[in-house]
Amino acid sequence: MSRRRVAVIGAGMTKFMHRALETPKELAWLAVQSALASNQLKLKQVDCVVLGSAPDAFDGVHMKSEYLSDGCGGWRKPFLRCYVGGGTGVYAVAQAWVQVASGMFDTAVVVCEEKMSTCQPHPQAAFLTIFDPITEQPLKPNLLWIFALEQTRYMETYGITVEEIARVSVKNKRNALNHPAAQLGAKLTVEDVLASEIMAWPVHRLMVSPTSDGAAAVVLASEEVARRVTDKPIWIQGVGWCLDTAYWTNRDLAYPEYVEKAAWMAYRMAGVKEPRKEINIAEPYDPFAYKELHHLEGLQLAPKGQAPKLLADGVFDRNGDLPVTPSGGLLGVGNPIAAAGTMKLCELFWQLRGEAGKRQVPGKPERGVAQAWGDLMQVGTVVVMGTKKPQ
Amino acid sequence: MSERVAIIGIGFTKLQPATPLCSFKELVFEAAQKAYADAGIRFTAIDSFVTCAEDLNEGISIFDEYTPDQLGAVQKPMHTLTQDGLHGIADALMQIRSGIAETVVVEAHSKASNILTPDWLLDYALDPVYNRPLDFSPHAIAALEMNRFLTQTGITVSHCAEVVIKNRLNARRNPLAAYPLETDPTTELAPYLCYPLREKELAKNADGCVVVVLANEAGASKARNQPAWILGTSFASDSPTLESRHWSNAEYARLAAQAAYRQAGIKDPGKIDFFEVDDTYAYKELQHVIALGLYDDPVKAGRAIETGETRPEGRIPVNVSGGALGMGLPLEASGLYRIVELVLQLRGQAGERQLSRAKIGLAQSWRGVPTTSGAVVILGSEPPHV
Repeated sequence: MSRRRVAVIGAGMTKFMHRALETPKELAWLAVQSALASNQLKLKQVDCVVLGSAPDAFDGVHMKSEYLSDGCGGWRKPFLRCYVGGGTGVYAVAQAWVQVASGMFDTAVVVCEEKMSTCQPHPQAAFLTIFDPITEQPLKPNLLWIFALEQTRYMETYGITVEEIARVSVKNKRNALNHPAAQLGAKLTVEDVLASEIMAWPVHRLMVSPTSDGAAAVVLASEEVARRVTDKPIWIQGVGWCLDTAYWTNRDLAYPEYVEKAAWMAYRMAGVKEPRKEINIAEPYDPFAYKELHHLEGLQLAPKGQAPKLLADGVFDRNGDLPVTPSGGLLGVGNPIAAAGTMKLCELFWQLRGEAGKRQVPGKPERGVAQAWGDLMQVGTVVVMGTKKPQ
Repeated sequence: MSERVAIIGIGFTKLQPATPLCSFKELVFEAAQKAYADAGIRFTAIDSFVTCAEDLNEGISIFDEYTPDQLGAVQKPMHTLTQDGLHGIADALMQIRSGIAETVVVEAHSKASNILTPDWLLDYALDPVYNRPLDFSPHAIAALEMNRFLTQTGITVSHCAEVVIKNRLNARRNPLAAYPLETDPTTELAPYLCYPLREKELAKNADGCVVVVLANEAGASKARNQPAWILGTSFASDSPTLESRHWSNAEYARLAAQAAYRQAGIKDPGKIDFFEVDDTYAYKELQHVIALGLYDDPVKAGRAIETGETRPEGRIPVNVSGGALGMGLPLEASGLYRIVELVLQLRGQAGERQLSRAKIGLAQSWRGVPTTSGAVVILGSEPPHV
């Protein structure tokens, strides 16, 4: 087996904002440019480009990958767009890992872009078209309702209260205050979160991530190239992804099995046997406050139903035992779907290099995990990165 | 780069203008069952799955939600590429070479008959700021390109008409084809779609599904049927922007082919026995064989169609299957139907259209207007030297 080691050698992103004046192509290019500017690599030295982007309906462009390709730097290069709904941002990096690890390419740029503001008056209308056209769309479901269902099931199964979940919003929006690209950093209390409007019980407005425009990019290189262009490579130690059935109504929503399977795929590759001890920093997907806790359990970083208690004990704070979402996450930095997942990997890159500035977690973290989730509460994508070379 | 990868199973449905009696899931299920039986494996033995699909063609956003069940991919690694099926083959090959999977399935399908307004949908593929407000048919891009291509190369409109007749006659010997030539062969009298492009030079959409099973060397040695080895594969994109693209050469095909030839150690593409190339528009077949490097002078591609060189009995058979003009254009599955033809020919299972010499074949795809993206896959009946 000829698997090669692959390192992340650069990261960059645009500011996440409610409405960007840039076109989708320009957003993608700004992210690629800043990722390339963070190392010595030039675009012409990049062998292939991977794009991640969620539904075409947001941008209102059919075959969005083709439209975006030159903005992503894919001109006259092997270029493709991969796609697993909301899980795309982390998956796209796994896709590029595959492409470099296979030996087909030595360097890759991964860029994830989303421009939701062009979908008027609100992208929620586009989300109606993600449901089964025969059995579900006639019911006119929306995302808030189905995630309210999942949150209720999670709370009911483990006896969790809304207050415990509101703490996630407080922590992440506070962390985002230190992120220069953040859209919704804020200093809040649990009372503020619970006083905000109920969107669909038990989901309050401040427990929901915003809609955003933005892009994020990372640069991957084989060991040989990485050694040449940087003295601080961050190694991709493991990747994993898992897609569950489309029949989400038949699934027990209390626990994300697909995240567990994706996590173990990545941990096995990384040689991680006891995730709770061997992972120093986590960036789980937090489009809704309860999702962060739900995903921490799926990622084996908290026992089932115990994540809220660990959060209340301060374990997940930036200076806690296991810092979780030091970036501010989707709740704080913003949620341009695919770009949000890649933003989490950018954060791990900066944290592991010790370059996260005011957001830097103490204690020189050596290994981190980022995870994204999407589709009909259906897909888990996981990447484990660290300062040590994988075996 | 040492791991050898082969196609060990293919499953497909007949291409049809419409499939009112089944859903896309049923099409996929049928192709998957056939592919797994062809490979002699159970779905539980597959490590990873890839679907190639576009949201707007499916009429469902985040279409990858609906991909796993009918393939047996539930709770397995699975993702979607919004690319042609041949990109999926390249992806599967890279997954196997990276050691992350030993057996990978690639699926692509078309339920084009569900699209009530295909031209209007294609309009949404145009740049929303610079091009869409001009309110022109996207086929006009192909017509512009054809005009430029004919002027630059000296190839004529009657050469393009000959391509239509050749491919649709070939399709008469392909039981999978949706549009074999039945009566009137005079394409030149057909009405114009956009000058100089005539209506009959545009491939018509068709419904269908292909599932392909790929495996590493160990998997290939246990396959029920003769494996088709991947000798080379690559993909490339040129400028999507109309204002800055090359209007005569298919750069994407040239770049992808060169990379694939390098991997396969092929110096003279004339050594390849047969070709299945994109012919969404008749002139595209000629443009693509030129980009593949088959002729030192482009005008020779036109002469070749006059002399019958690219017919099944000729020196360089192109689109023996009938191509998209004869078989129909199954959207993202187009490339995989070419893979089906390659595998059948390499195995000697192509029935009455079986070529006498079929040891190495090449499939090439293009993603249609207004794109400049495509991929190339070279398959051989003998494993590559490493």
